Amino acid sequence: MNTPLHGGLGIYIHVPFCAVKCGYCSFCSVGWNSAKAEGYVQAVLRNIRDCSDTSRPADTVYFGGGTPSLLRPEQIAEITGELRRCFAVTDDAEITLEANPNTLSPERLHGYLEAGINRLSVGVQSLDDEELRLLGRKHTAERAEKAVRDAAEAGFTNISCDLMLALPGQSPETAERSVDRLAELPIQHISSYLLKVEDGTPFHSSGMEERLPDDDKTAELYLRAVRRLESHGFMQYEISNFAREGYESRHNNRYWLCEDYIGIGPSAHSCCGGKRYAVPPDVDLFISSPVQATEITDEAPCSPEEMTMLALRLKSGLDLRRVESIRSGIEKKIPALVSAGLCVFDGENLSLTPEGFLVSNSVIAHLI
Amino acid sequence: MANDKIRNFCIIAHIDHGKSTLADRILELTETVAVRDMEDQLLDNMDIERERGITIKARAVRLKYTAKDGEDYIFNLIDTPGHVDFNYEVSRSLAACEGAILVVDASQGIEAQTLANTYLAIEHDLEVVPVVNKIDLPSADPERVCAEVENVIGIPAMDAPRISAKLGTNVEEVLERIVTDIPAPQGDPEKPLKALIFDSYYDSYKGVIIYVRVKEGRVKVGDNIRLMATGAVFTVVEAGCMDADSLVNNGVLEAGEVGYIAASIKSIGDTQVGDTVTDNDRPCDEPLPGYRQVNPMVFSGIYPADGAKYGDLRDALEKLQLNDASLSFEPETSIALGFGFRCGFLGLLHMEIIQERLEREYNLDLVTTAPSVIYKVTFTNGEVKYIDNPTNYPDPALISLAEEPVVKASILSPSEYVGNIMELCQDRRGVFKDMQYLDDTRVELHYELPLNEIVYDFFDVLKSRTKGYASFDYELLGYAPSKLVKLDILLNGEIVDALSFIIHADKAYARARKIAEKLKENIPRQLFEVPIQAAIGGKIIARETVKAVRKDVLAKCYGGDITRKKKLLEKQKEGKKRMRQLGTVEVPQEAFMSVLKLDS
Repeated sequence: MNTPLHGGLGIYIHVPFCAVKCGYCSFCSVGWNSAKAEGYVQAVLRNIRDCSDTSRPADTVYFGGGTPSLLRPEQIAEITGELRRCFAVTDDAEITLEANPNTLSPERLHGYLEAGINRLSVGVQSLDDEELRLLGRKHTAERAEKAVRDAAEAGFTNISCDLMLALPGQSPETAERSVDRLAELPIQHISSYLLKVEDGTPFHSSGMEERLPDDDKTAELYLRAVRRLESHGFMQYEISNFAREGYESRHNNRYWLCEDYIGIGPSAHSCCGGKRYAVPPDVDLFISSPVQATEITDEAPCSPEEMTMLALRLKSGLDLRRVESIRSGIEKKIPALVSAGLCVFDGENLSLTPEGFLVSNSVIAHLI
Repeated sequence: MANDKIRNFCIIAHIDHGKSTLADRILELTETVAVRDMEDQLLDNMDIERERGITIKARAVRLKYTAKDGEDYIFNLIDTPGHVDFNYEVSRSLAACEGAILVVDASQGIEAQTLANTYLAIEHDLEVVPVVNKIDLPSADPERVCAEVENVIGIPAMDAPRISAKLGTNVEEVLERIVTDIPAPQGDPEKPLKALIFDSYYDSYKGVIIYVRVKEGRVKVGDNIRLMATGAVFTVVEAGCMDADSLVNNGVLEAGEVGYIAASIKSIGDTQVGDTVTDNDRPCDEPLPGYRQVNPMVFSGIYPADGAKYGDLRDALEKLQLNDASLSFEPETSIALGFGFRCGFLGLLHMEIIQERLEREYNLDLVTTAPSVIYKVTFTNGEVKYIDNPTNYPDPALISLAEEPVVKASILSPSEYVGNIMELCQDRRGVFKDMQYLDDTRVELHYELPLNEIVYDFFDVLKSRTKGYASFDYELLGYAPSKLVKLDILLNGEIVDALSFIIHADKAYARARKIAEKLKENIPRQLFEVPIQAAIGGKIIARETVKAVRKDVLAKCYGGDITRKKKLLEKQKEGKKRMRQLGTVEVPQEAFMSVLKLDS
């Protein structure tokens, strides 16, 4: 009943190294150390061999982090090579590498292309130097723009940039200017996240939270950014993701459609074989273990409630036929949501509007 | 023991003037309690009593005192409740005594409550022995206070003992005065039994224990007794006196004595304070005077915050009622709050105490509706109804006359606050009666006030407008015609029955606006905009809007890690559970409570 729609497989590889950890980041990463990185690559290779599966096509690979572009192209090539040996990686597979602008020299870009990377996700975050300083990013707007242009020149035809919204002092106008400048770059995809101050981060202890725009201002920033992005042809397809037609991230979509994915690396998550797993966020443990430790986080994923929660992150929304068992309960609540401008519903498919995305937790809690 | 060696007395004092401390010292000096067993303020043994410094329930204790004349005396100290809500209980306790010690704070002088209870004692022909306490305070002015007692109450006071109960100074003088000034009880043990019930409580082993003052005759184990008001008959299992910490079954009680009777009584409803106990086989001609049924004056709906706790709430109320016959309750249903109880209380303090005990002793989370008094409604067809629940208030078109209860209020205060007090009483629709100066600096004001104007927060506001100096007392006068309206509160267009209340038409607009504002503060922004309206009949008289929430906490789901998102969603659902779902509106408990305290 909960079989994946396409029967394919995605592979996520978590690269837990950063030159400098950003003050807002709560993801698993440690400082760069080349010896440790080599140990890490070997561990990744061992794990790829361990979960080898050629029974179904693997059509997306995603190097996330951390800063995956700290790994040298040869190291990436070793990993992609092992993936091709152990999985049925399709010819047209989407293979993404997250990159920090500072790491992207033309030589490296060529190297990554040769290693099989065909999609680059560049951590631009902002094209305002003041905002970049505030975020603790070590690159300027100009450097980020150059990295992106270099990538396109090197031959990347599928480039995504991250854009952070709801920064302290950000106005709808400055956000729009960042969007406009981004849109001038040769890119196909933009991920736009709202800055959230997580517990345990330096931003949290420095009281950054109080400086963030309030919820109403944040909502305004988000909606203005969505409109501006779409006016440039970057159409919203997910709560935080925008793409020119045909450039939606297939890997990203997989998460929200309850398709299978395997995660390798510290803190990586998997959903496959009817369970969800997580690897402990411990880099040394990952490197020293013959096979990565995993704990089951969910014995029975992809329940109708979970499918609702995940599918509603997508602009394409939820086909109610996928959740027949809770359909009637959901349907009763739709008219009020529609008249409040939070949802659209065509009789089968329910999806959130940008206003609805902003309150998606409340909407979902209301629906299920 | 011969009657001339018995002294039955109570202590009258304002809150904080040292009644319980004095009682403790007396207990120590009479060696009723070994000093090492002393717990501060022994008589107030409920937590709430100690915290608030008030006595809620009457208690009695027998003490032995060897006086300076060399004779042994039996003292029966009856501790009385110290609040206007319990006036009737106070009057019954007084009726069990021959004397009263009037404790007055040496720096603060007489307060309204003291005055009211002293008058009550004088009405019952009690010998009043004034005592000036807290002479150790730097601000103490015993001479002035004694003069005030003489002027205001009209009893000699210049030679009143000046004591410090806290330090134990001169407390023995008080004991001697009890012997010399308070008359011994009268009564003939050979006459038919006539005993006054002044308190009762439920003991899970012995059943209801009644506290009595035997006025005539005697009662002993094995006798059949009849409680005259209720007609119930029981066989006496124990009869005796109260030690500080236990009951002593002497087997018999005689005229003049204060003691207890246990007779396997199952229900406290049978043993009403003020009732007369007589011998079923040889009854007295007529009961003691002064008995009346105690009726609740203030009503409110009490609901469990968690609907599943309805049964627990019922059990808790039943248990509290075992010890408190003045608490009444019956099931009621509210659209907004589900299943709960309509509870009747003697007054606002009584209500607060019951709520607090339910929450503390029974660990219940409660939602309480606005307190209401009983309105008297005469219908156009001549029928008369008493309405204690706003939900049942009839359509105005059917009403020919609406009346509300009115009280006679007396307020004592330093004279500089007279202006503030008059303003407050005016604002509460009070009718000024008179004012008199007790001395150069203190005045007593009399007002007639509608009860529904004082049940909310009158006392709190009075205190704050007089820097805490004013004291307040009231008694019910009767019903007076009034321009009453029912004010409904609507959330998202739906009437919330639990928020409806009855109010004077002139007050409706101001209160409606305040309630709407309070609700706006206390209802969190949610998915949909929430219009808050206040209406009389169909007419909207106030409106506020809780704007829809525009942004949630967003969860990152990086790398397919959906655990945070799920946690957030669970948290959101948990939060919803703590809310009352009224149509599409989620209302937190605090919102219901916030409208009860509009001025705070």
